[in-house]
Amino acid sequence: MSESVKGNGAAKALRWVGTRAARPDGVDKVTGRARFGADLFAPNMLHGRVLRSPHAHARIVSIDVSGAEKLPGVKAIVTRDDFPEMPSEWSPLGELIVNYHDMTRNVMAREKVLYEGHPVAAVAATSPSLAKRALAAIEVEYEVLPHVLDPVEAMRPDAPLLHDHLFTAGVDPRPETPSNVAKRVQFGHGDVEEGFAAADLTLEREFDTRPVHQGYIEPHACLGSVSEDGQAELWVSTQGHFSVRGHCARLLGWEMSRIRVTAAEIGGGFGGKTVVYLEPLSLALSARACQPVKMQMTREEVFRATGPTSGAHVRVKIGATRDGRITAADAELVYQAGAFQGSPVQPGAMSAFAPYALDHVRTVGYDVVVNRPKVAAYRAPGAPIAEFAVESTLDELARELGLDPLELRLRNAAREGSQSSYGPKFGPIGMAATLEAAKAHPHYHAPLGPHQGRGVASGFWFNIGGETCATMNVNEDGTVGLMTGTPDIGGTRASVSMMAAETLGIPLERIRPIIGDTNALGYTFVTGGSRVTYSSGMAAVQAAEDIIGQVRARAARLWDIPVEAVEWQDGMVAPAGANAGEFDPMSLADVARVSGKTGGPIVGEVAINAQGAGPSFGTHIVDVEIDPDTGRVSIARYTAIQDAGKAVHPSYVEGQMQGGAVQGIGWALNEEYIYDEQGRLENPGFLDYRMPVCSDVPMIDTVIVEVPNPAHPFGVRGVGETPIIPPMAAIANAVEDAVGLRFTELPMSPPRVLRALDEQRERLQAQAAE
Amino acid sequence: MSHLTLRYRLNGNERADLVAGDETLLSLLRYRLDTTSVRQGCRQGTCGTCTVLVDGEPRLACITLAATCEGCAIETADSLPGSGGLHPLQQAFMDHFAAQCGFCTTGMLMAAKALLDVNPSPSREEVIDAIGGNICRCTGYEPIVEAVLAAATAARAGATPPAAHRHC
Repeated sequence: MSESVKGNGAAKALRWVGTRAARPDGVDKVTGRARFGADLFAPNMLHGRVLRSPHAHARIVSIDVSGAEKLPGVKAIVTRDDFPEMPSEWSPLGELIVNYHDMTRNVMAREKVLYEGHPVAAVAATSPSLAKRALAAIEVEYEVLPHVLDPVEAMRPDAPLLHDHLFTAGVDPRPETPSNVAKRVQFGHGDVEEGFAAADLTLEREFDTRPVHQGYIEPHACLGSVSEDGQAELWVSTQGHFSVRGHCARLLGWEMSRIRVTAAEIGGGFGGKTVVYLEPLSLALSARACQPVKMQMTREEVFRATGPTSGAHVRVKIGATRDGRITAADAELVYQAGAFQGSPVQPGAMSAFAPYALDHVRTVGYDVVVNRPKVAAYRAPGAPIAEFAVESTLDELARELGLDPLELRLRNAAREGSQSSYGPKFGPIGMAATLEAAKAHPHYHAPLGPHQGRGVASGFWFNIGGETCATMNVNEDGTVGLMTGTPDIGGTRASVSMMAAETLGIPLERIRPIIGDTNALGYTFVTGGSRVTYSSGMAAVQAAEDIIGQVRARAARLWDIPVEAVEWQDGMVAPAGANAGEFDPMSLADVARVSGKTGGPIVGEVAINAQGAGPSFGTHIVDVEIDPDTGRVSIARYTAIQDAGKAVHPSYVEGQMQGGAVQGIGWALNEEYIYDEQGRLENPGFLDYRMPVCSDVPMIDTVIVEVPNPAHPFGVRGVGETPIIPPMAAIANAVEDAVGLRFTELPMSPPRVLRALDEQRERLQAQAAE
Repeated sequence: MSHLTLRYRLNGNERADLVAGDETLLSLLRYRLDTTSVRQGCRQGTCGTCTVLVDGEPRLACITLAATCEGCAIETADSLPGSGGLHPLQQAFMDHFAAQCGFCTTGMLMAAKALLDVNPSPSREEVIDAIGGNICRCTGYEPIVEAVLAAATAARAGATPPAAHRHC
């Protein structure tokens, strides 16, 4: 089902890397043994619940918890009074940044509630039903304020103001009045006016997208336990337990060493589990009650109060010559951040035109607060929105120029040495290779059926490295314990172990990987940014190399020869040659067995800030079929092509490509938040927030391109995020191909498509009548 | 709320538990009997993650009242491994990398088992239909469909997975 296109890297014979090995945690997953966020129970455990705002925007006049406190079985209640005021201080959060002044207010409302579902109090009681009853006994007096949901409306001077002290950053001079526009960003180079003057054809289009949720199936859950001496343990479903520790410590005013966080197995995250919601509440409640407090969200709470990604309004203008050279590209992006600043507009603005080599390019982005839940990272945060707009406009440009859409992209594709639209020059990249692979794919040349159309689109994502630790313990029998700090969200225990086994030259089964808690190894950044196989892989390889160095030294000591005279070959130490001495080669197990005589246990420890992450490009081809009677767009065929650098475990790479494409299909066709007049979410469940089910999608065919990343020992780029970027534009382009209608608004849901088809039929009838 | 004594079989074992009239099967299995392989995804009857078999039929434990299971045989994923090792479905889910995060996996397995128990040679369409109520957000479904089809083939051939997978 998948084919692979080799890039320019010289492939050396590899035993593990590139195979489809069984994952070390596979049995736990298929037996149900794996323990997720809600699967830990503690003696004397209390059940925590959150009281949430019923209003989209209101001042909190008073909170009276006295009625709830009197209820038997209620052991602790916390409100805004239990969290210290925080200064304005920025901190990284996944690929985004957050401000602690805002984070403390998002975790627990202070002056105002800013969205429906905003926490105002939390209780811990001896049973879930008691906790629920306690919430009902808390009296909150609100002064309801006008609210605003749309980012463009929120930018108007007369819009309801969310924050009295929010002044637009990034404009000079600093505005004298506060507004909902938190920030303006700009990227690009050259002179777009000059570029547009040189164009034979210029197209300008506007696009609207709605917030969509990451849709992880496991709701947020944690179990916090604080003892009488103040030592705290937290078990939590998260993409980054070190980040959780840091954020909780800051929000609670505790020293980090007091909090030990263990990452549970994680039931999906997609960026949305890089944020803290329940965790500081559970610790605060537990600190009061001196009993463990378990908290888990309902599905409704997940929808009402956790991170969708932004809805946005994007304007794109592209100029080109008759022969399809882009002379200038310009975009303005307005992203809604939710209740607090920090939308992914910056990565959106940086990535919008990144697949192309352009002389004149400019993107301007606005980060706008509205009365919705604060957005969280969602798979390549910001990029899918921006690139939907750009890739849709490019398709129209190709149509106007009479050019094949892949050919137009190839003529402008970013290549090694191109200056990227966000600044740096690209190293070796696979953008053109994915386009060539698309052109060569049989899918691109297959005949289409009635009511069908074909579309293509490309996508770019940065990928990241970052702070990463790994510890490798060689056991007495030569087996290896490998500990990393990046929660395994989809098979990275396998990919990281495979690189370690490859380096050590031992069977994969001899390595037992675990995810260490925050006390077990050094600070490690989140599972996010497509960084785990890249960064934890790099750390594990370096730890293995450290082990090899130590084992050589141990053998040198045993044999009483210089370490330079000991070689490492195929998982064994051996004398470098006849001159070095006559000794039988020793395996890792041989050396480990006598390690007590040569200096003690053999342990490799690595702490790095992984640099040199390689950008990833993808190109998708999709065939859609449109039902003229219902407006339903169905996906008839889909092919995802992506440069992985090196696919360490091809099945999991394909899995990322397929999963990302299907999330993009949901975003394109069905997923959207629907709010009522009062700013209350009307579809907080899977029945009305329609994510793709099995019958909605065809087999997603995959092609892995491998243009190695020279910064990684095995050429890895990172693959998780790019696949969600092309689908929306590819599908919109296919819809236009099928029925001649351009959709600039997502989702292309049946009612919207049917309305457009009806209008088209009326237009055609009117023309015929004339 | 009135309570009653529920007599039923859980994974082959006879049980009698006092249940409240409004208690869901999910609540009983997961929170009172520690059967955490039954995952809670929505408690709205919409994601399929808590799928268990009641007298061989796939049921959403979160919207099934425990009291309605009087005299029934309930199967969870814990019942799948046999004396020879993993169930062919479990082995196929591993071989086809049908789990990414693994959260929907046990529900998927039970939905698929309900199909294979009555239809040992399902078509691709029948597999898609059988797991149509189970949401997976990670995989795009293809590896899951492939796994179920492969498991059907393996079960028909009488294949038992390698014994190495069974140490207990």
